[in-house]
Amino acid sequence: MRKYKIVHYLNQFFGQIGGEEKANIPPEVKEGPVGPGNAFNNALGEEAEIVKTIICGDSYFNEHKEEVQAEIKSTLSEINPDLLIAGPAFNAGRYGMACGGAAEVANELDIPVVSGIYPENPGYDMYKQFAYFVETSDSAAGMRNALPDMVNLIKTYIKKDGDLGLPEEEGYLPRGIRKNLFVDKQGSKRAVEMLVAKLNGEDFKTEYPMPNFDRVDPVDPVKDISNARIALVTSGGIVPKGNPDHIESSSASKYGKYSLEELYEMSEETHETAHGGYDPVYANEDPNCVLPVDVLRDMEDEGKIGKLHEYYYSTVGNGTSVANAKAYAQEIAQELLEDGVQAVILTST
Amino acid sequence: MVKEIERAGIPVVHIATVIPISKTVGANRIIPAVAIPHPLGEPNLAKAKQKEIRRTLVEKAIDALQTPVDSQTVFED
Repeated sequence: MRKYKIVHYLNQFFGQIGGEEKANIPPEVKEGPVGPGNAFNNALGEEAEIVKTIICGDSYFNEHKEEVQAEIKSTLSEINPDLLIAGPAFNAGRYGMACGGAAEVANELDIPVVSGIYPENPGYDMYKQFAYFVETSDSAAGMRNALPDMVNLIKTYIKKDGDLGLPEEEGYLPRGIRKNLFVDKQGSKRAVEMLVAKLNGEDFKTEYPMPNFDRVDPVDPVKDISNARIALVTSGGIVPKGNPDHIESSSASKYGKYSLEELYEMSEETHETAHGGYDPVYANEDPNCVLPVDVLRDMEDEGKIGKLHEYYYSTVGNGTSVANAKAYAQEIAQELLEDGVQAVILTST
Repeated sequence: MVKEIERAGIPVVHIATVIPISKTVGANRIIPAVAIPHPLGEPNLAKAKQKEIRRTLVEKAIDALQTPVDSQTVFED
């Protein structure tokens, strides 16, 4: 049997170039496997081999998406691999978006993609149709399981020559794709059986889950901004110097509420970031570049806005679960309503 | 977070760099920012110039809060 030729996509961290301080490196191509690629190669044995690795900084990818995608596409067309492995990305948002973005261009070249991701990672929902995403845990501690799961899927893919079965049979996350296939029972019979099961309170499985559209309609605009009270909220982790509430650098278990009274701008002396998911150098040097207190104070003085609310709210949106973020925001919204806040500026890194 | 605050009836403007994520999380008024680690600043520039850039972005955000929208809207230049 011929050996599958694989290209691996990694971020700067798993690509062993560096941490957040290297998140802005442009894509580069290395010979053979790098980092987790070595473990993939060992586990894949004689069936497949990582021949090249593409490494790109997470921030660079997301800030220059089209340019990086074009570069990856041209690299892939040169190498012409049988398969692309991307990540796994776990719950790292920028990395998930990058793995998905790489999958999208591989898909244009008809190169199949196997990746690993935590289902809440925005990269999954956005790019699910372009890759076979294996479900992983939310952090890199899950590499132990993610790796064999991805390898199994790759081996099945090779064995079945690309003709994979349903997501739950093969162990990948649903891709939102509909495929025609022959089944024994006709549709009307299956539907009635499902209905009977439902009426009897028994388990049944829909053949087409309805998408979960949780959208909130836009609220009416602020009528008189020059009299409005405006609050600042951020997922960028800006906290008073010393991080008094010990908000975690990733998977935050809490948010903070901090006073802005008598504060005319943020500075290196007063505030810092607790966020572990981006290079903190700039935010620590000038926290206004994440939370624009200085500018809002000016606009307050000029009468362009009514008032900057005396408290701001902050959490770290790095690997934070959707359920937690939702709960924090519900509490925050309640307080803002009670305090008569009419509009919110929310900044994200 | 954007969605839950807006659900409570307060208009939110989201200043963010990765627009696709902002859309996924359900922001209705979106202002594209400068860069992931410094959404409202450009560290290569002098302080005064940086603040000017920040002022422009915040003014756009304030304008967005006064603009009626009926679906997710990215306020480009």
